[in-house]
Amino acid sequence: MGYEAVKESFSGGVFPVRIGKEKEEVFGGENTLPFHKFEGEVPNRPLIAYEIQDVAPEEWPETVRTVYEGVSEDPVKWARHCEEELGARAIALRLVGTHPDGKDLTAEEAVKTVTSVLEAVKAPVIILGSNHVEKDSEVLPRVAEAAKGYNCVIGKAQEANYKTIAAAAMANDHKLIAMSELDINLSKQLNILLTQMGFAKEKLITDPMCSALGYGLEYTYSVMERIRLAALAQNDEVMQPPMLGDVGMYVWKIKEVQAPEEVLPEWGSVEERGILWEALTATSLMLAGAELLIMRHPKAVEMVEKFVDELI
Amino acid sequence: MALSGVEIFKLLPKTNCKKCGFPTCLAFAMKLAQRQATLDACPDVSEEAKKVLGEASAPPVRPITFGSGEKAVKMGEETVLFRHEKKFVNPNAFVLEIRDTEEDATVEAKIDAVLNSEINRVGQLLRIDGICITNESGDGGKLGAVAEKVATKAPEVPVIVNTESPEAAEAALKHFTGKGAILYGVTEGNAEKMAEVAKAHKATVGVKAEGLEALSALTEKVKGLGVEDMVIDGGARRAGEILEQNTLIRRAAIKKSFKALGYPVINFAQREDGMYEALVAGLGVCKYGSIVVVSSAEKWKNLALFTLRQNIYTDPQVPMQVEQKIYRIGEPTADSPLIITTNFSLTYFIVSGEIENAKVPAWLAVMDCEGLSVLTAWAAGKFTGAKIANFIKESGIEEEVSHRELIIPGYVAILSGTIEEKLEGWKVTVGPREANAIPNFLKQKVA
Ligand code: B12
Ligand code: SF4
Repeated sequence: MGYEAVKESFSGGVFPVRIGKEKEEVFGGENTLPFHKFEGEVPNRPLIAYEIQDVAPEEWPETVRTVYEGVSEDPVKWARHCEEELGARAIALRLVGTHPDGKDLTAEEAVKTVTSVLEAVKAPVIILGSNHVEKDSEVLPRVAEAAKGYNCVIGKAQEANYKTIAAAAMANDHKLIAMSELDINLSKQLNILLTQMGFAKEKLITDPMCSALGYGLEYTYSVMERIRLAALAQNDEVMQPPMLGDVGMYVWKIKEVQAPEEVLPEWGSVEERGILWEALTATSLMLAGAELLIMRHPKAVEMVEKFVDELI
Repeated sequence: MALSGVEIFKLLPKTNCKKCGFPTCLAFAMKLAQRQATLDACPDVSEEAKKVLGEASAPPVRPITFGSGEKAVKMGEETVLFRHEKKFVNPNAFVLEIRDTEEDATVEAKIDAVLNSEINRVGQLLRIDGICITNESGDGGKLGAVAEKVATKAPEVPVIVNTESPEAAEAALKHFTGKGAILYGVTEGNAEKMAEVAKAHKATVGVKAEGLEALSALTEKVKGLGVEDMVIDGGARRAGEILEQNTLIRRAAIKKSFKALGYPVINFAQREDGMYEALVAGLGVCKYGSIVVVSSAEKWKNLALFTLRQNIYTDPQVPMQVEQKIYRIGEPTADSPLIITTNFSLTYFIVSGEIENAKVPAWLAVMDCEGLSVLTAWAAGKFTGAKIANFIKESGIEEEVSHRELIIPGYVAILSGTIEEKLEGWKVTVGPREANAIPNFLKQKVA
């Protein structure tokens, strides 16, 4: 019996999402499993956004903090550095400074930061809150309004605060990240709630919640694969937005990226270990279906881009 | 092709003697069709039926053992395409390449890197599983010399001999007779001679062709030469091709029971940049590679790749967990601190590891939360004040320690009130959130 390739084609596809104003980027849009170019269309490569913050990244481990020394005290300088020196295709500005347990910066202060960053760069900007449910629903509507016309991504809407955040994203023509907690049903339910309030499913980005290599990666990986199969094989429209892997934040807090080699000689160089950890988490999630990634270390981003070149 | 239950039934003795443990031959046939039973359970099956059924009921990806003895690695036997459907069965092997053109010192250093690659992570001992000796020079004598060095220095490590020359193969393989080595480099052109060498040394064969059609024809040819155990390579080297071929091979084996591709896959991930290479190797791990060959084995890279393999190959239904009990870390006395956590393996190993780092002997109370992490267990209502109080009372720890102080994870500080309420006479101390702060915390505590 001769060999016959078992190819699969699907009735469903992932929505392409276009973001940015002066410079646009598109991600998603494929009608096949991740990078399965041999049996479907993969029109766009995944988009990697460089993560920056409204306040200096004191909590980032040395490996990734030192590469931004001299620019990271000022979000505008930081954003420009990413775009001009590192060639960032997108910027993800995280407003951690607004968290009530931290600097507790006000919505006005956040608006100031956001507008000055938007004016400073051409690349599309993803605007993220501090992940504090109440504070985000105070801050994100204000910054969404200030960013009107820039076609940004706003995030993240969660079950507990999606209404206010989605309303603001909708009123100001932005895309929206919908985050749930590592469960395909929760993720589907949140997307349904959002579309029921009139938010276009073509403007959503699903965040099934990230986890780092060694710290629950297998859960994120499998939830992503299941969401993608639901989108393609079952043609389930609410599961068809592209997916986010918020990689940097989850990777750069674990022990493996911080423990010095002197303490754990069997783990080898902490610098290479950290960079590879971020890159490998990102590529694994891309193979499971993530199309938008938020990352921190330039060397990790560079390697992931090179890997995508080899895949596409 | 896979047979249906009824087709299998027709081949069975039809006596319903129950010796297989099933009430009827038909019931047994149904289980065979679902791969939930094996044919050897029926003592009366005819030789002819055995032949037909053996072919059909064999796992879609042939089981192969690479190496021998304690370091042997099992491969193949996979049954699904996605890990959420069912656990991936046999974790891939990582194999370090040594080329016979490399200098002696490099060869020695690489052998050492393999021998010293063992890392303990979450209770599992992980390592670079094998060595691939590549005949870059084209000279059999050189390959033989490297083989001898490997056989002497690392006699237990499984080996791949990578050459297309039967003479060079003989010069190298003679050092690994009967040791479950793989002879990779069998092509359309050299198959007959290579099969002879492989058979003489009881080696598995690694076949190599350009494209999957040529590959299937070649595996059939090799099988016709009397070699059953194979690993296969369709020539993919770029990441995109590796993804394509690995996927199509796995699909053909599982969805079509296509025997000619029902073998473990070998992927070559070597790249100039050792760090970048890890991303290509990671593709092999995620997407169906059974052997992933790398060119360097730095400790940081090993740790990341071993961790990925561990993640991808865990059971998606059952989190890895440890037994509920009071663990002794170091040699605790009646005054030593008492710490509580959940029985998710990762949580247990991280926390116990940090207590060890602190060098402060302690009692670690590990509570059964169905293998969930601290916060997940708390969110799922399995790590509550009442349940913790109960567990502590029933654990017998009150007889072991003279104090009445319980240290709880910082993330569940909110539980301290309820625990103190339900556990009379006890005081709750909230520890740090992240485990890496435990050493300082404990040192200050006992100082
Ligand atoms: C993987 C995961 C899951 C997996 C389960 C994995 C598992 N085996 O536990 C799945 C998908 C099943 C899951 C389910 C749920 N999850 Co969940 N999950 C996670 C995730 C991503 C990682 C958890 C993990 O493995 N952590 C690693 C381990 C090692 O951490 P740990 O046990 O806490 O231990 C650390 C510390 O606590 C400390 N420590 C541990 N013990 C001790 C002891 C002492 C004394 C000290 C000092 C320190 C200490 O050391 C460790 C390292 O620092 C987290 C989010 C995140 N990224 O952290 C959410 C998270 C824990 N999940 C959450 C939720 C809500 C849920 C669900 C209820 C929701 C849902 N999706 O349905 C369910 C409940 C499960 C159920 N059966 O009903 C929430 C909890 C919210 C909260 N703040 O309480 C989290 C935080 C996500 C979030 N941000 O909302 N989850
Ligand atoms: S042992 Fe064989 S003959 Fe007896 S019931 Fe089972 S299948 Fe039938």
